[in-house]
Amino acid sequence: MMIELSDLPGGWPPPVLDPAGPFAGPVAMVAWVLFVMAAVVMVVVLAALGIALFGPRRWRRRVAGERLVWIGGLVFPVVVLTGLLVYGLGVTARFSDAPRAGEMRVRVTGEMWWWRVAYLDDQGRETVQDANEVHVPAGRPIVLELESADVIHSVWIPRLGGKTDMIPGRRNFMRIQADQPGVYAGQCAEYCGGPHALMGLVVVAHDPADFAAWRAKQAGPAALSSMPGAAVFTASGCGACHTIRGTEANGLAGPDLTHVGSRQTLGAGILPNNQGTMAGWIADSQGLKPGNRMPSYPVLTGQELRDAAAYLDSLK
Amino acid sequence: MRLAVGGLALLMLAACADKTGAPRAFAGADPVEGLRLIDRHGCAACHRIPGVAWPEGRTGGSLAGVGARPMLAGRLPNQPRVMAIFVRDASLLAPDIGMPPMPLTEAEARDVAAYLYTLDDD
Repeated sequence: MMIELSDLPGGWPPPVLDPAGPFAGPVAMVAWVLFVMAAVVMVVVLAALGIALFGPRRWRRRVAGERLVWIGGLVFPVVVLTGLLVYGLGVTARFSDAPRAGEMRVRVTGEMWWWRVAYLDDQGRETVQDANEVHVPAGRPIVLELESADVIHSVWIPRLGGKTDMIPGRRNFMRIQADQPGVYAGQCAEYCGGPHALMGLVVVAHDPADFAAWRAKQAGPAALSSMPGAAVFTASGCGACHTIRGTEANGLAGPDLTHVGSRQTLGAGILPNNQGTMAGWIADSQGLKPGNRMPSYPVLTGQELRDAAAYLDSLK
Repeated sequence: MRLAVGGLALLMLAACADKTGAPRAFAGADPVEGLRLIDRHGCAACHRIPGVAWPEGRTGGSLAGVGARPMLAGRLPNQPRVMAIFVRDASLLAPDIGMPPMPLTEAEARDVAAYLYTLDDD
């Protein structure tokens, strides 16, 4: 009996043909239409091939000659492929429009190999910072503003929408909507080097009232802590790369940890989040996600490691 | 189906464990549920655990064969009661250990321990 980490929030791997919102349903439909068309064309071509090879002479004559090549080889593909192209573009045309007035906006920036997340106000200013998960109210379209800090990444949350690339120097838009509250898994869908396959994303859809509460809490600083792990965090220099709002830790290279204990996952969607996995990540992040930009910390004593994990886990 | 086959395999493994003579069977504990809990809580972030495909953590050492080891963490008798406390909060028994408390109930800790005792072969 082997178990993959399928119990991760949203499931792993994310189900791809199980749409949960109005921006994923049409994409799944396009996929099915393309699949069915391809299957039909393949059957017809194989039937023609079978007739050409083994059919009675009279049938073989029907599939010979230039006329069938012109019709079956040129006219038919041009008509069918053009039709499918127009259909596919038409279905998804409005999904990537620039945000309209009143639409909720979340900026997601691809980083090697995690996601920087910022919630924007009506003027497009960043308000709440977060990482590796996007919280949304259910039943409402959300515009993701997609940017990249380094190389090309691609956001794919299969149950909520299609794929959209994050391209350095550009801002792309995509809409997602979850009809029901729940947790939806995503994944970087464009190879971005090293641990690309371990660059996961989680979308949490709340009841609208719960979402307002989440957002208010997320905007606040961390409570002042006298836990011994806070001192370990400071002494180990973690604040050079990580911010914990309300403390002196103000690094920007890595994820904001102000409320890291409340996240669904660690390491960008790859591990469940508890004190144990936190300790494992701190001690050996390079073993768990080789090549990622956080060094392992094989310099801590057992007590220090446990304290640090307990402190970070307390940042709810 | 996969779980049913796995459960049967575990029963057979449990039968093997009897031969070691150590009193390690857990009344009412469910090793299949134990493996599920191990998966859900990411124990493999620190341990290589037969039955979990990924990751293969290095911080806490491999648990292959842990069920047959005479000692836990090199300092505690490997007995079911000890194991069930250890997986829940190892620092109660080994104050300087790096392993943090895990979010398990007592019953869940017994399930986890029951699975670990199926790992009696390196």
